[in-house]
Amino acid sequence: MTLPLWFIVLIKSAVLLFVVVTSFAYAMLAERKVMGWMQLRPGPNRVGPWGLLQPAADAVKLMLKEDLAPRTADPLLYRLAPFISLLTAFSVYAIIPFGSSSSGIWAIGNVNAGVLLLLAITSIGIYGVSLGGWASGSKYPLLGSVRSTAQMISYELAMGLSLVGVLIVAGTTSLAGIVEAQKNLWFFIPQFVAFLVYVITAVAETNRAPFDLVEAETELVAGFHTEYSGLRFGLFFIAEYVNMLTVSCIASLLFLGGWIGPFGWTWLPGIVWFLLKVGFFMFFYIWLRTTLPRFRYDRLMAFGWKVLLPVATLNLLVTAAVVALRG
Amino acid sequence: MSALFWIPAVVLVASALWTITASKPVYSVVALLVNFFALAVLFLSLSAEFLAMIQLIVYSGAILVLFLFVIALLSSGVAPISLGPNRLPRLTAPAVVVVLIVFGLVTAGVLSSHATPLPPSHSLASAGPAGTANVFGSVSDFGKALFTVYLLPFEITALVLMVAVIGVIMLAGDEAPYVATRARAEEVRKEMREAIAREGD
Repeated sequence: MTLPLWFIVLIKSAVLLFVVVTSFAYAMLAERKVMGWMQLRPGPNRVGPWGLLQPAADAVKLMLKEDLAPRTADPLLYRLAPFISLLTAFSVYAIIPFGSSSSGIWAIGNVNAGVLLLLAITSIGIYGVSLGGWASGSKYPLLGSVRSTAQMISYELAMGLSLVGVLIVAGTTSLAGIVEAQKNLWFFIPQFVAFLVYVITAVAETNRAPFDLVEAETELVAGFHTEYSGLRFGLFFIAEYVNMLTVSCIASLLFLGGWIGPFGWTWLPGIVWFLLKVGFFMFFYIWLRTTLPRFRYDRLMAFGWKVLLPVATLNLLVTAAVVALRG
Repeated sequence: MSALFWIPAVVLVASALWTITASKPVYSVVALLVNFFALAVLFLSLSAEFLAMIQLIVYSGAILVLFLFVIALLSSGVAPISLGPNRLPRLTAPAVVVVLIVFGLVTAGVLSSHATPLPPSHSLASAGPAGTANVFGSVSDFGKALFTVYLLPFEITALVLMVAVIGVIMLAGDEAPYVATRARAEEVRKEMREAIAREGD
């Protein structure tokens, strides 16, 4: 029996959406737990054993909270903005491959221009933050959103350039193809500079500490989502964590060989290797947040434009030259 | 001509109209964003996947974000600018005429065009579903065409953009906006040093 294509895609999407939302919930719990341990406190431990039901409690709380909108807010865009954030965050998963078997690539869609589509979708994600801050009709959210727009545009450039290096080495723009090209050597070794630039810019793109100036509590209350409450705030929150997951997935796929085990090991299924790598990056994020203080805004900009961008460009030139010379 | 054409086409025209008629500038930006999306879908349906992606990355992801950046910053808390009496009605008739002429010429040009035959690998005969490698419109094919057949126009465009970049740097100046701030900061620092020195005595 062959099912129609749209039906298969629908089932795949539903399953993947469930997995992503669940991993978001437990990524959040893991962050609070790990941060707790790093700061010598237990972290959430009241709801369920080891606090495992905390995400469910949080979800109920957010859903039951009143949905407030300031009188000065723009009625349409204020309501629309969280959905833009969430939609772009989720839609990336339509093209991320999670593993491969003899029957094909494990992904909803295996797009030839995968990396480009990824960049396209993530660049749209800025609009959620930007419009949300503007539409709140309030001072701090506006400043937060203006900061975030500037920050994301600046770091997006270096991020894109660092990815192009990988594309040149792999000779393809398909995500699955890039993973296949890493059979013998993971790209974080030949593309070490690009790897560093990508990891740094990924933190900045997702507005996480130490680049979380967008929501610097001490200066901007909560940044662009100051005025949001209840489920609308929740949507921004989910989008942030899903974006973290996304950049972790991309880092694993492009630099750490995706579902290919280290040293050619195959005693774990590919998807487990992939999840381990994603988990490592998520831990790294939390680790960074507990370790580093926040950047100053002008230094953030100077670092992006005067360090990361030239370094990424140089890496791109050298990579292109080496690949061209080796034929 | 299927739903894949008509839906984005209708969205495209509607959002374009919304862009020019919206009362708030930010709404125009949002409408333009919708417009770019619809255009990308149309490009995809023509199996021009690279063009569709670049459309989203460059126009929606970079240029339009800058529009939004400026508009949001300048127009926040300001009522929509009133331009006095609405000039749209008087301009409608000439605008329609101009648009019809331009589109008529473009359509006629496209339909009668045999002057620039596409290289063999670009003929629509080899077109496959979008997303397949090495077919019309795919990334590698696009790149090859750009760097072989159309190299000269490509390089000239790059040069023109370079001129614009240099122009912006000339206009913005080196660090002009910060000079005054820096001088003031230096002054404050000097005063503080003096105050500390006085206290120390």
